[in-house]
Amino acid sequence: MTLVSNSVKPDTGAARAFAISALRKLTPLAGVVGFLLVWQIFVVAWGVPAYLLPSPSAIGHAFINQLPLLISNGWVTVYEMLAGYALAVGIAIPLAIAITSSRRFNQLVMPTMLFFQIIPKVAIAPLFLVWFGVGTTPKVLVAFLISFFPIVIDAAVGLRSMSSEMTDLARSMGASRMQVFAQFRLPTSLPYLFSGLKVAATLAIAGTVVGEFVGADKGLGYLLLVTNSNMETALMFATIVALTIIGLVFYYLVELLESYLIPWHVTHRVELGTM
Amino acid sequence: MSEPYIRLTNVGKKYETKTGAVEACGDINLEIKQSEFVAIVGPSGCGKTTILKMVAGLQPYTSGTITVAGKRVESPQTDVGIVFQEAIMLDWRDVLANVMLQIDIRKMDRAKYEPIARSLLKATGLEGFETKKPYELSGGMRQRVSICRALVHEPSMLMMDEPFGALDALTREQISMDIQRLWMETRKTALHITHSIPEAVLLADRVVVMGPRPGRIVEIIDIDLPRPRRLDRLPDRFHEYSTRIRDIFKSKGVLAMD
Repeated sequence: MTLVSNSVKPDTGAARAFAISALRKLTPLAGVVGFLLVWQIFVVAWGVPAYLLPSPSAIGHAFINQLPLLISNGWVTVYEMLAGYALAVGIAIPLAIAITSSRRFNQLVMPTMLFFQIIPKVAIAPLFLVWFGVGTTPKVLVAFLISFFPIVIDAAVGLRSMSSEMTDLARSMGASRMQVFAQFRLPTSLPYLFSGLKVAATLAIAGTVVGEFVGADKGLGYLLLVTNSNMETALMFATIVALTIIGLVFYYLVELLESYLIPWHVTHRVELGTM
Repeated sequence: MSEPYIRLTNVGKKYETKTGAVEACGDINLEIKQSEFVAIVGPSGCGKTTILKMVAGLQPYTSGTITVAGKRVESPQTDVGIVFQEAIMLDWRDVLANVMLQIDIRKMDRAKYEPIARSLLKATGLEGFETKKPYELSGGMRQRVSICRALVHEPSMLMMDEPFGALDALTREQISMDIQRLWMETRKTALHITHSIPEAVLLADRVVVMGPRPGRIVEIIDIDLPRPRRLDRLPDRFHEYSTRIRDIFKSKGVLAMD
C-alpha cells in the first residue's frame, strides 16, 4: 500500500505541472476559438448575408477550395515582399553604420531621408506604376520604401547605444576602430536592430499589398481587388487570412533569427530557477 | 625606484558649460610609487573620478602635467586594468570570455593567458561559473569578473573607479578582501577611487582626502597598518585613521557636525 502511494505521489505532481503548462499554452488558443464561435453564431443567428460578412466556416471553405489560387497569388506577393525587405536591409544597415560613424554624413542625409519617409507611400505608388509599369518592380519598391526607415533608425540608435564606460574600457585595452565596432558596438546594437527588423517585417507585407492595389495582374493584393468587385466576400476574407498568415510567419521567422543570434538579450533569456 | 611611477603636477581640469567654465579639480599634486596602493576618497562631485580618467588618458586635463612611467599622458593608457563603477559585461560572451576579452583585443597569446584567467576566477570564488553568461550572475559576481578582466593581462597599473558603488555592504566587504589578497600577490601600482572612508583605510597605503567642488587635495594620509588587514580584527589605529579623515570632511562641511 505504502509502495503504491509513494510512487503515485510524485506522478500526480508531474501530472499537475503538465496540466498547468498545457492550460497556459491552450489559453490563447481558447480566445481565438471563442472569438470565431461568437462570430459564427452571430452570422447564423441574425442571418447576415454572406456578401456582407461571411461566417468563419464559409471563409474556411473558401480558403480550402481556392487554396491553389491563393498559393499561386500568394507566392507572387511573398516574392515581392522578400525582395523589397532584403533590399531595405541591404541598404539600411550600411547606411546606419555610415550615419553613426560620421556626423557630417548624418547631417547630409538625415533630413532628406526623413522627407522621403514622411511622403505617404500610397501617394507615390501610382508614380512607380508610371515609371516601372505593372511588373514586379513597383511592388518591390513600395515594400522597400516602407520597411527601410524603421531599420535605419533602430540600427542607428543601436549603434549609438554603447555606454561611455564601455567606450573607456575598449580604449584602455587599446582597441582599434575595427575592434571597437566588431567586438563592442555592433553586438550592442543587435537588440535595437532586430526591433527595427521586426517592425519592418510587419510593414513589408502592407507595402507589397499597396503596390499591388495600384496596378497588378497577380498577387494577393490583386486578388483582394478582384474578389471585392465580384462580391466574393468569402474568398476576399480567405485572401486576408492568407496575407495575415504570410505576415505572421515572416515576423516569427525574423524573431526566430533574433533568438538564435542574440540569445543573451533580455527578451530571450530562459527563465532561471523555478517558475 | 626613487622616480614615482605616476606623477601629477599642478593638474587641473576645467570644462565649458552653457553657463561658463566649471572647474572639476585643480592644484592636484600627487606622486604614486610603483607597487603602491593609493586611494582617493572624497564627496560626490569632487573630481576624484576625473583624476582617475585623466591618469588613464581617457579624459584630457586642461593644466599641469601627468606622467606615467616617465612619459607624459596624452592618449589612453593601455598598460592598465580598469574596474569601472558598473561591471560593463559583454552580455554575448560567457564569464571566461569576458575576462579573455582583454587578451583578445590586445591580440595576446590565448593559450598563455587562459590559465591565468581561470586562476583569477578561482581566486575570486567564480570557479564553476566560467561558462555562465553575465546575466546569470549577481551584481557582486559580475563586478568580480570585471576585476579578473582588469588583472588577466598582467598590467603595471590597476585602477578602480568606485567599484563597489552599486553593491550591498556585505558584498563590498567580501570583494574588498579579494582585492587586498590579489593586490598583495601581484603588487600592482593601484589607484582606487571611493567615497567610503573605511574602504580607503582598509585597502590603501596612502589615502588622498579631497574636499568638495572644486576638487582640491586637502590631505594625504599614510596608513601604517600591517597587512593583511582583516575586517574582523580591526586595530584601534584603523579607527583613528577613519576618525581623522571624518574630521577633515567635517571641517570642510562635507559631513555634518554633531
